Amino acid sequence: MKFAVIVFPGSNCDLDMYAAVKDILGVDAEYVQHYEKSLQGFDAVLLPGGFSYGDYLRTGAIARFSNIMAEVIRFAQEGKPVFGTCNGFQILTEVGLLPGALRRNDSLKFISKQQKLKVANTHTSFTTAYEPGEIITLPIAHGEGNYYCDKETLQQLKDNDQIVFTYTNDNPNGSVENIAGIINKQGNVLGMMPHPERAVEALLGSEDGLKLFQSMYKNYQKELCK
Amino acid sequence: MYKVTVYVTYKDSVLDPQGEAVKGAVHRMGYDSVENIRIGKYFEIQVSKDEDDIEQVIEEICDKLLANVVMETYRYDIQEVEI
Repeated sequence: MKFAVIVFPGSNCDLDMYAAVKDILGVDAEYVQHYEKSLQGFDAVLLPGGFSYGDYLRTGAIARFSNIMAEVIRFAQEGKPVFGTCNGFQILTEVGLLPGALRRNDSLKFISKQQKLKVANTHTSFTTAYEPGEIITLPIAHGEGNYYCDKETLQQLKDNDQIVFTYTNDNPNGSVENIAGIINKQGNVLGMMPHPERAVEALLGSEDGLKLFQSMYKNYQKELCK
Repeated sequence: MYKVTVYVTYKDSVLDPQGEAVKGAVHRMGYDSVENIRIGKYFEIQVSKDEDDIEQVIEEICDKLLANVVMETYRYDIQEVEI
């Protein structure tokens, strides 16, 4: 299996993402620059956090028009796994691979802290290594993590079991229904505000993020054996 | 030459935290009659007169880039100007 870590001008969690899968998970990974036009040879795409294109206009809005995103969209439409965290999540909503949008935190403050989350859905290829309802701790670091969608979309998210991670009792940014991460209807595109790649070894304060990458790897292997 | 102005704001149904913060400051200034403030973005775009379908071009740019229509709305004004 080989992971692509997409790098935009302004990405700053790309090294963390790369280290999480390459060094800790132990699976092949390679950086792919925003101007590249192919994802040939890759089995999963990781969109890292940061400030793509300086967050000018809106978070994630300009990244949509980089060369590689047309290919990421095609990759996702083929049913292959795409995971975005923080700015990666914002980009996934901007390109329409995930419903909804991210607003400024309701406090207007940039929040950087450890955050408790509930794994609300363990039936996705990104979360099978977690226990149902498991409470985990991951770091958050964002100014625009306030997930928004209209009532109709929220109902669809609930009906299709697309809400994957929720904040426990303290919602840090005001997001609708405490949503921290959602998956697309097809189940191959996951976006979340917290950073699992920054919680992959005890030294970092939590290892709870590692199971997400382990799930991706195990489920990829399982698919291969089919 | 066309001179186009585009205004993008959050939809009325979407909370605008920046607008709320500014409203709080305005109230602290003593202007209690101010009931609501929304913050938006303003764009000035110049388009060549050769463009046949200026409205369609502007709407495409707004829908695809300038506004996120999930949470924002936009309006625009097109003026013909001499260079």
